[in-house]
Amino acid sequence: MPYAVETRDLTRVFAGKKKHWWRKPKPNEEESRGPVTALDGVSLQIHEGELFGLLGPNGAGKTTLIKILATLLLPTSGMAFVAGNDVTKDPFPIRQRINMVSGGETSGYGLLTTRENIWMFSQFYGVPSKVSKARIDELMHAFGLWDKRDAKVRLISSGQRQKMNMIRGFVTEPDILFLDEPTLGLDVNAARTIREYVMNWVRGQSGKTVLLTTHYMAEADEMCDRIAIIDKGKILACDTPENLKRMIHTQTTFRLEVDPLQDTSTFQRMDGVVNFSLRDDASKNRTELTFILENEAPVAEILSAITAQGAKVHALRKTEPTLEDVFISMVGRGFE
Amino acid sequence: MTAAVARRSDLRFRIGLNLRSIVGRAYPRVIGANREPSWIFFEAVLPLLSIAAYVFIYRTIALNQVAANPVDAPRILANMNALVASVVLGGAMVAFWLNVLWSMASQLYWEKEIGNLQLYMMAPMNRMALLGGMAVGGMFMTSVRAVSTLVAGVVVFGVVFQVANPLMLLAVFFVTLVALYGLGMFFASLYLLWGREAWNLSALMEEPIFFSSGFYFPLGGLYQSGGWGSAVAVLGSIIPAGLGLDALRQLTLGETAFGGKFWVLSAPVELEILVVLAVGFLILARYALAYLETLAKREGKLTSRHQ
Repeated sequence: MPYAVETRDLTRVFAGKKKHWWRKPKPNEEESRGPVTALDGVSLQIHEGELFGLLGPNGAGKTTLIKILATLLLPTSGMAFVAGNDVTKDPFPIRQRINMVSGGETSGYGLLTTRENIWMFSQFYGVPSKVSKARIDELMHAFGLWDKRDAKVRLISSGQRQKMNMIRGFVTEPDILFLDEPTLGLDVNAARTIREYVMNWVRGQSGKTVLLTTHYMAEADEMCDRIAIIDKGKILACDTPENLKRMIHTQTTFRLEVDPLQDTSTFQRMDGVVNFSLRDDASKNRTELTFILENEAPVAEILSAITAQGAKVHALRKTEPTLEDVFISMVGRGFE
Repeated sequence: MTAAVARRSDLRFRIGLNLRSIVGRAYPRVIGANREPSWIFFEAVLPLLSIAAYVFIYRTIALNQVAANPVDAPRILANMNALVASVVLGGAMVAFWLNVLWSMASQLYWEKEIGNLQLYMMAPMNRMALLGGMAVGGMFMTSVRAVSTLVAGVVVFGVVFQVANPLMLLAVFFVTLVALYGLGMFFASLYLLWGREAWNLSALMEEPIFFSSGFYFPLGGLYQSGGWGSAVAVLGSIIPAGLGLDALRQLTLGETAFGGKFWVLSAPVELEILVVLAVGFLILARYALAYLETLAKREGKLTSRHQ
């Protein structure tokens, strides 16, 4: 049985900006002109019926991968198959089976109502109007958008708009759904509605597959059967959330909240420190440090290095490993 | 995908899919014309001002001629009516040309910016169905404006039309629109690759085309002026509106208007050329879009960087 999605050594390089003799480059533009490797030898297999997560920071290559799978972008090298069809050679049967929803999407026409917009997109998949309208009504109830069915799209909130986009993704009853950061910027309730619907959709019927990209750890942890961690176009690890976290179960995770530090370079050189990351919280004027340690022994040395800089330790917690800790242990920095 | 729903791909399904896609894409334009009442002012009233300017100039010239030569007044006034009618017809056709430039040619670029293009390109419909939907919707929307311009021309400027062959008139109008929108579909695929630069091209194709295609005067006059004037008129005839307008003027004013001297070719010959242009532009659009879609997918230009 073919995989729902399979990639073999997939690479995508974006050419650099062209130089024009009539335009003087702006400062720092020279460095950004060169080609960018968005995907670098990505090999993945996603099973039918799986809710598969692609977890990585911004610019990791998640969206590029989805766009190749959605037949919107050609790979530079390597191969990609969706529902057993080659994305470069045979896009039509793929397009019949897929749909894609991106976070913060502004698609559709503001002049049309939410219902009309979704109906319009369903026509591009050949869904008969009667069937489409019945599905739209059902989905609008499920996503809590029923009271906005006749509202013009330009007048609804971004959360409602994202729910409309999600309905657009489901209304064609795809076999494989690509969700690219679908809960980006949404409030807690809207995000929960979307997450729950997606999980029920995959697990409540056979043969439905979702590829979800996100940089929200908790979302990936809660929703996905398996997760691939991606950074700088490379897959660093791919397994169930439990197994990924188990990879660092012999290690210890500590989180510290401290005053802003002048020098953090000493931490990496300390014995027993596998990796660490820091995140500045400007609102509190504090820095959050996350340490992945081989054991608890370096904690005392870390604390004395902090206090030696005159900084105060406001909180110290030993925590269960999260997916972000797995990422930190692999690349030595967090997602932000 | 054993457990998934079997998907149809037979010819009947594909025809249904593409017809639905045309209707789906035309819908926002058809609905838009009704939902934005402000269009009446911007699309119907404002264009009348430029038409009025030409009408007043032609009338002033005609009345000066009548004053200088009262004996020849009937011929001068008949020519004036023909000129004013030409301007009104041209004004109606301007609506289609502007729609082709700004709502067909540059549409895919605009769709890319708002995030629709990637959803269109990801769908299984034929790309020509997408362009066809845009064209059908555009034709409908613009026809409303064109008709209002014609009605205003008759009511406000007292233009008199004499239609001897309505079937031929309808055929010329329909084929002109197909050729014009075929050209728009061809441009749309080019704009997909050129992006923002294409906007300048659209701006460049407004006033010069109004002149070289004879939107506000009989093109034959420019044709027969010799030298650069003839060259400009020949080039302008490549835009289907030029020959289309010439044929429409012949069919609504009579072949003897302007003493029968200002026509480029006879209406049947112009219709034949328009049919060739229509088929040619549609074929060109089909292949240009397929080629440029592949190129855009290779260069990553189907989606904006921020999407």
